[in-house]
Amino acid sequence: MTRALPVLPVLVPLATAIACLALHAFPRARRAASVGGAGLLLLAAAALLRHVDAAEFAVLQVGAWPAPFGISLVADRFAAILVLLTGVTGLAVAVYSLGSIDDVREAHGYHTLFHVLLAGVCMAFLTGDLFNLYVAFEVMLMASFVLLALGGERAQLEGAVKYVTLNLLSSGFFLVAVGTLYGVAGTLNMADLARTLESGVAPGLSTTLACLLLVAFGIKAAVFPLFFWLPASYHTPPVAVSAVFAGLLTKVGVYALVRAFTLIFRAEPEFTDALILGIAVFTMVTGVLGAAAQFEFRRVLSFHIVSQIGYMVLGLGLATPLALAGTVFYLMHHIVVKTNLFLVGGLVKWIGGTLALESLGGIYKRRPALALLFLVPAFSLAGIPPLSGFWGKLVLVKAGLDAGQYLVTAIALAVSLLTLYSMTKLWNEAFWKEPPAPGPREDQPLPWTLLGPVVALAAITVAVGLAAGPVFDLASRAGAQLSDPARYVEAVLGPGAAR
Amino acid sequence: MTALLAVVIGILYGAGLYLVMRRSIVKLVLGLGLLTHAANLLIFTMGRVSRDGAPIVPPGAAELTAPYSDPVPQALVLTAIVISFGVQAFLLVLVKLAHRATGTDDLDALRSTDQ
Repeated sequence: MTRALPVLPVLVPLATAIACLALHAFPRARRAASVGGAGLLLLAAAALLRHVDAAEFAVLQVGAWPAPFGISLVADRFAAILVLLTGVTGLAVAVYSLGSIDDVREAHGYHTLFHVLLAGVCMAFLTGDLFNLYVAFEVMLMASFVLLALGGERAQLEGAVKYVTLNLLSSGFFLVAVGTLYGVAGTLNMADLARTLESGVAPGLSTTLACLLLVAFGIKAAVFPLFFWLPASYHTPPVAVSAVFAGLLTKVGVYALVRAFTLIFRAEPEFTDALILGIAVFTMVTGVLGAAAQFEFRRVLSFHIVSQIGYMVLGLGLATPLALAGTVFYLMHHIVVKTNLFLVGGLVKWIGGTLALESLGGIYKRRPALALLFLVPAFSLAGIPPLSGFWGKLVLVKAGLDAGQYLVTAIALAVSLLTLYSMTKLWNEAFWKEPPAPGPREDQPLPWTLLGPVVALAAITVAVGLAAGPVFDLASRAGAQLSDPARYVEAVLGPGAAR
Repeated sequence: MTALLAVVIGILYGAGLYLVMRRSIVKLVLGLGLLTHAANLLIFTMGRVSRDGAPIVPPGAAELTAPYSDPVPQALVLTAIVISFGVQAFLLVLVKLAHRATGTDDLDALRSTDQ
């Protein structure tokens, strides 16, 4: 059973997707299967993280083909943490979908697509093979394409055209990089690639390929200057879809960047780290400035995704063990908080009937508890102590100061002030000011399917903030693992493989 | 052969990029298709194009004798072709629906949700 742990987070959502498909004629059973499957995924992910945290690595050579010839599934602490967060997000959004996805979308395979998306995300986190990562990306993208367009509203289709185009271009770059890398190194197993490239095969070409992958993953992660597809599409689908996209999809891009630049491409770290650091700064600044100009709830949040991605990439650019721990911690914090903010946006839309800020208002007066629920993730995003975002930023700032990057650190702090400005704007417009017209459901109680996930995710944010010590210890164990790629290589290829 | 393929790949990339940058949504789809073909052909070429070297262990022998061609890039290309086939099919439907909903094939006109 322990051996199968790395493959369970892929198999469980796939099986759930098939079950949802088979239960096509039974809507209630299909909903139950969807939530049950998401719960099972969370359990499988928790078991995986528990195992990996003790044993460092869980490696499964699929079909018993030895690495590097077969496909390896590798879970280190970083991957296992992200799989657990996928489980948390998956369960929260699966429950939220019960109350917010209409019957037409459900009948056209919403639940199936949702679980295929989760399977693709988990596979991307767990695979130890670069071509398999491409396949995982495609599985995830195909599901996300359909989820984005499902329903066929005009705004959705417009957003989908932009989203699909940019993501296909990114896949094209990725594919070329993978093919060329195979031609250069003769392998696509990540551990084997790390070993081969470290031994000095084609040093110049490997940096070129690193930059090609930087572009490919950068588009997926929505870093500057490749992020324009994100705010053009994330505000168009139903809120549940936006929330799972916002929580997970760009983070797969960040994960791939971290994996590629901590494990595979260590040939010219001075060059790539400086490049990544510059990208991180511009991503933080442009994202937060873009958000300041927006007056739609989800578009503000979409630009903030971009800005926050900058912080995660910042840790990768600093490349010290502490900074990598900061990136891991920031990812943990951000996935929960960002999903939650989109879900709160859904509650606001449910009450007010719109997400255009000028037509909203007065929620604090009528539902003070809901307004407080918004403040937890919003303050956490801006980095107010003692919530989780504060600790994430603290670690990154400390890592930045330790590395002597004072200017970069100062910019990161300034950006978090501007984040607070955006959150204040959302608060003023949607919660504080008098509404121009009352919303359609001012006096109805919120259904628990919508409220439950928001409360649960807010509780996680508070808990991570209050128990920041143990959580950060976990993140720093993951960061230490990322800074020691030789261990990864030996775990996959066998002892002594890393010379 | 490799040089010829390199020229073909270059032409495909050039044509694909040109089409992607046009404003017509149909040309966008065609351009993305060409770019995928270029990528597939590039992988194929990177696997060292050679003739008369099937990677099959001859009867009685224990391992392959050189020269043989590497089957992995072809397996990769095959997977990529299948994926791009699915994506292209989806893209065509998406474009048709988008055209029906918006009544235009001009990409610059798809900004009803931009502020």
